[in-house]
Amino acid sequence: MSRVRITLIWTALVVAVAIPIGAAAMSPLLAWREPIYIVAGFAGVIALALMLFQPMLAAGYLPGLSASHGRRVHRWVGIALVLSVAIHLAGLWITSPPDVIDALTFSSPTPFSAWGVIAMWGVFATACLAVFRHRLKLRPRTWRLSHKTLAAVIVVGSIVHAIMIEGTMETLSKLVLCVLVLVATVTVLVDL
Amino acid sequence: MTTVLSTRRTFLAVAGAVLATGVSGLLAPAHTQNFAPTRSMRGGANNYRPGAPIVDRIGGGGFWMTGTVRRAGDGAPLAGQRIQIWAHTTEGHERDPQSHGATLTDANGEFQLEMPQIVPAFGQPHGHLAYDSGEFETVFLRPVMSSAKDTSLSAHFILQPV
Repeated sequence: MSRVRITLIWTALVVAVAIPIGAAAMSPLLAWREPIYIVAGFAGVIALALMLFQPMLAAGYLPGLSASHGRRVHRWVGIALVLSVAIHLAGLWITSPPDVIDALTFSSPTPFSAWGVIAMWGVFATACLAVFRHRLKLRPRTWRLSHKTLAAVIVVGSIVHAIMIEGTMETLSKLVLCVLVLVATVTVLVDL
Repeated sequence: MTTVLSTRRTFLAVAGAVLATGVSGLLAPAHTQNFAPTRSMRGGANNYRPGAPIVDRIGGGGFWMTGTVRRAGDGAPLAGQRIQIWAHTTEGHERDPQSHGATLTDANGEFQLEMPQIVPAFGQPHGHLAYDSGEFETVFLRPVMSSAKDTSLSAHFILQPV
């Protein structure tokens, strides 16, 4: 692949995540939020952005990265995803404990909460599975199937969660990012 | 021809509507005898601070929270009932004391309290209201605004005597 083409693809990907993150950073809602709530919100936005790269890294679709290097980055991005979700949850907890308790117990009045919590458990379960994969002596096929199933749950849960929320993310750029994440995930799930 | 048809259709629609209204109007007296008590909404009590003071206005105002308070059963308007109101606004988070205030219903069982503009928080632009004075069963409401640009929100209480 030519250097120009590699640069173009990476530029497109960076723009695809930079626009929604930049738009969220300009949200008028930020003026009326405390720093911890802002951090919590952005941790969620960043987690969604990371999900665009995760499937492509796993499949080795990103130009300029070898397959094995891609997998290594995939693991690091996975750790970043777990941290983002943890910061999202902790920040929301500090901002409003009862709303987080409602979400975690699936008794929230907001329909998007349950989707987010399901995606969260999907992320944590994937992390546990990845860490204990060898100790559990998972066969490659079992590992692949469980990881792919959890990935589908995480992506669908996160997208529904994000789209239904009226928050700092700008509607159109949020929708575009969600569509891109969905297309990348479905493509890789079918291919791998 | 089309005009005639559409006129006839319109006539039938209007006649139907009038009939329906008339019939429901006739049934209304039986209905008024059965005002079911309002049940608390999910998450309605979140970030409640009991004993919010009665105020003329919460903060700088600009947004109106309105509603009615009636008695379960006969639907009689209840005067002098204390309704507590709080929300995430341009002037503070739900948990902040300055985001909380209370008001009393007038002789018609209506209340209105001016408060700062409600802004979306935890994914929805919403407010919280409580009746928690003891004479009737406690009710917590959490109405959601149809648009974050709205400058008013209303909620209605039908209270069950204790």
